[in-house]
Parts: sequence; structure tokens; C-alpha cells
Amino acid sequence: MTRLTPSTKSIALHVGVVVLLLALNFLLPEYHRGVFARVLVLAVFAMGYNLAFGYTGLLSLGHAMFFAAGLYGAGLTIYHLEWSVWPAFGAGLAAGVVVALVVGFLALRTTGVAFMIVTLMFAQVFYLMTLYFTTYTRGEEGLVLPQEMRVLGFPGGVLDLSDPSTRYLVALSLFAIVLAAILFLVRAPYGRSLIAIRENEERMRMLGYDVFVNKLMAVVLSGLFCAASGAAYAVLFGYVGSGFAAIQYSILPLLWVLVGGAATTLGPLIGTLFMFYVIDTASSYTTAHLMVVGLVLIGVILFFPKGIIGTVRERWLPWLP
Amino acid sequence: MAAVKPLLETHELGRSFGGLRAVDGVDFSLPEGETHAIIGPNGAGKTTFVSLICGRVAPTDGRVVFDGKDISLMPAHKRVRAGIAYTFQITSVFANLTAFDNVALAVQRQLIDDHERGLSSRALTEHGMDALQKVGLGEYADKVAGNLSYGHQRLLEVAMGLALRPRLLILDEPTQGLSDSEIENFIALVRQIGEEATVLLIEHNMDVVMALAERITVMEQGRILAQGAPAEIRANQAVQQAYLGG
Repeated sequence: MTRLTPSTKSIALHVGVVVLLLALNFLLPEYHRGVFARVLVLAVFAMGYNLAFGYTGLLSLGHAMFFAAGLYGAGLTIYHLEWSVWPAFGAGLAAGVVVALVVGFLALRTTGVAFMIVTLMFAQVFYLMTLYFTTYTRGEEGLVLPQEMRVLGFPGGVLDLSDPSTRYLVALSLFAIVLAAILFLVRAPYGRSLIAIRENEERMRMLGYDVFVNKLMAVVLSGLFCAASGAAYAVLFGYVGSGFAAIQYSILPLLWVLVGGAATTLGPLIGTLFMFYVIDTASSYTTAHLMVVGLVLIGVILFFPKGIIGTVRERWLPWLP
Repeated sequence: MAAVKPLLETHELGRSFGGLRAVDGVDFSLPEGETHAIIGPNGAGKTTFVSLICGRVAPTDGRVVFDGKDISLMPAHKRVRAGIAYTFQITSVFANLTAFDNVALAVQRQLIDDHERGLSSRALTEHGMDALQKVGLGEYADKVAGNLSYGHQRLLEVAMGLALRPRLLILDEPTQGLSDSEIENFIALVRQIGEEATVLLIEHNMDVVMALAERITVMEQGRILAQGAPAEIRANQAVQQAYLGG
């Protein structure tokens, strides 16, 4: 009997999750496949948020702006400049990185509550800008990207991103790439540094770490992943609107991460999926669905104080990354 | 005497907090290889003084010179990389990480500097375990730091300092809260460290000071009251009045 090392176990688990999600593409009924595709894209958003909040301890209330930067970076270039999907997706990522770099550079001069407020203010500025430039963005009404533009070119063919199966598989591919990247990051020395900064910033400084630069890198990577999610959302679902830059899209990833488990690799997926289905199920029975959602959240906090995966890790599976 | 170049010098170093002169125009010189103790009553400015040296606190006036270079404006993390390590007065380990991970954080910073292009996990393990074994915590490598006894946490703190391979190790009241037997081991440990590095020690326990220090500086109200070999300090009238209680 050879015992599996924690490292092998965790890699096997993550591969297993991706394989399971792949199988679901062929098993799920149409409606649920659509929900899952959306959840996979938004889980990337939550994973990006988790890198800043869960691992580095930066409680941001402005991550909607990184998601929206990706969304508009891809959407506007497709809609107005008629770029194809690949370069438009690249533009979305670039927009996210630039916004994260600038906002991170300024906001990281503050910590704690001040950091929350500063990120919130920047996100509001971003949101108001999407309304101000309504000539280009059409504000709350938003833009619908024409279906013929939403094709992914490959050497030897194109993929129609509005096809449900293709959409699911592209969403899953992005999810798998980001999951692998996060898993690699948090197991690498850099990930250990981020966690240590969260735990004790002053001590890290006195170990010779440039805390500011490390945190800025975390914000930029977080912004990159969130923008990837936003850009993918634009091209996969074909809609780009101001609503995605509003405050609730800064709160949602925080909620998803808290429910799923902060500073866990799979928590963001579980949290996003869980919240989607709680809202979905509750609203199909009653118009007072938010009350049900509230009760469920209270239950989760009572029985899973560290989020679903976080509490599973604490009680039963300490090797979970 | 001019042959020995000091590793650390301060010139007219001062720090005010509002109207309070916590450190007041201190001229101080520390030759390479010396184990030097700073003593003085509570509030004498000892911790502020070493904080100015390691960069945790910015000076209001004066200069700090390390290895011939003026580092007065250098941020703390760069001073650490230049070779100044500081262990905290209040134990400040990463409580949720294992003892090994605590040390590894210090080692990985060091290795990144040495090679610039990443680091091998073998070297990380070797250096980390080496530092843990030096302080006698080898068998606790996988234990979560927060669950270690207080004495072991203090040792872990020192191991983190050692893992940085400093030229100057600043220990801020390292024996506070340790039992007598732990203090004995600690003295042996610092003696061993003193063979390789310059040690600057803030300490209240006079037995520890007398056992370790080659020279002693006595501080009072932000100034240096006296300086010299342990025997001289013990015989010094002013020191006895200010500190040893007459």
C-alpha cells in the first residue's frame, strides 16, 4: 500500500473536478447546462477575487470594475471596432490589467476599512463612466453583440460561441486554465508569501519582503482573472451592460467566496454554484425568494463558518489547498 | 584600534514622538563580530533605537551607516536584504503556518536574492531545516507554529532571523517569558550565533547580559548613559543609580 501524498491527492481532486464538469456537458439537461456555463464563467470571477481577498487578505469592494473592464474591453472592441474574438478577448485582459495596476497602486497605500472605501469609490467612478459614455456603452440598456461576431477563429475552422455545447466547453476551458493557474500560484513560494502577508504584514517586511510590490502583483493577477471572466462573459453570452459594473457585482464575488470558502481553490466554484441554485430554486417557488436566500445564508454561516470548502478542510480534509 | 571598521554606526540619531525625544542624538558604533547588549530602564528608548537601525521607524534626525553605506533612507525590507535581521519583542511568528513554513518564508527570500532565477525546493528544505535544527526545533518542523509552547515560539522567531543569514542580528528582549532552563539553552544558542554574526541584544535579564555581552551600552531617556565592558558597567556609579537601583 502506497499512501498518496497531499500534493498528488489535491492534483487528482482538481483534475477529477474538471473531468466531472466535462461529463456534465453531455449529461445535463439544456437549462442546467446553460446555468452551469454561466456559473463556470462567474466562478473565474470569484477565483480572481479570492486571490486578493482570501489569500492576500485584501477586502476589496470594487472588483466589479475589473470584471467590467474585461467585459467592456472585449465588448466595445467587438461592437464598435469589429474586432474578432481573440484580439477582443486580449483587449479585455489588457483593460483589466491596466485598471488593476492603476487602482492597486493608489488603493494599496491604504489598508483595512480605508482600502474597502477607496476600492468602492474607484468602482463607482468606473460604473458612472459606463453611464456617462452612454453613446458608446448604451448604459444600463447595454449592447447586444451580434451573433455572427461571436465566433472563435482557429486554424482550420471556427467555433460558434452561441452554440450551447461550445459555450459550455469554452467556459470550462477558461475555468480549468484559471483553476490550474491558481493551484500552481498558491502552492508556489509566491503563494506562501501572499498568505504570510495576510497573516502578518509587518513580520514579512522584516523578513525582507517588499510587501507593497507583492500586494500590487496580487491585485494585478486578481484583476487579470476577473477581467478574463468579464471578457468571456461578453463573448459567450453576447451582452455588455452597466449593470455588471454596479456595486452588486462587487458584493457578489465576496459572497460567493465567503460561502464557498475563502483561501480555498475550489471554494469559489462551490460558492457560486450554490448561490445560483439557491436563488434559482427559491425564486421558482416564491416571490419572497430573498428571504429564503437569507435564511439559507444564515444556515451556512452557522454550520460552515469558514465557508463550505473551508470548513470541510478544517474538519476532515486538511490537505485541501 | 583604527584597523577595525565598524559594521554599524549611528550619528546624532534621533526620533521624536510629538514632544517626546524617544531617541536623542545617539552616536553609536558597533564593530563587526561583537556581541553587544543594550540595557536601560523601561522607556529608555532601546526598542525605538534598534527600530531606527532596522528601519521599522524613520529617524527625525541623524544618520545610520551600515557597512560603510548610509542607509538612513533605505526602507526596512531592503535593510533586511542588506543583512540586518530583527526579531520581535512580542513574538510575531505566523501562527497558522507550520514551523517549517515560517522559516521557509525567510529562506525563500534569501534564496531569491542569491539566484534571482527562482529557487530549488531542495535548497529551501535544506536551509530551512538547518535553521530549525540550530535552535533545536528540528523535530517540530511540521507543527503549526501557534500550537508551539511560548518558549519554542521565541526560538522559532530566532530561527527565522537566522535563516536570513544576517550580518547583524538584532534580538529584542529574546528571553522575556522564558523559563530558567530555556534561558540557559538560549545563552548557548546566542553564543553560537555570535561566532558567525554580529549580535545586538536588548535584554533586561542581567544574568543573560553578563553571560553574553562583550560590551554593554546603557541607555536612559533616549541617550547613552554609559558604555563599556561588563565589569566597567557593573562598577559604574551612574548606571547603578539609574538602573541597577543604587
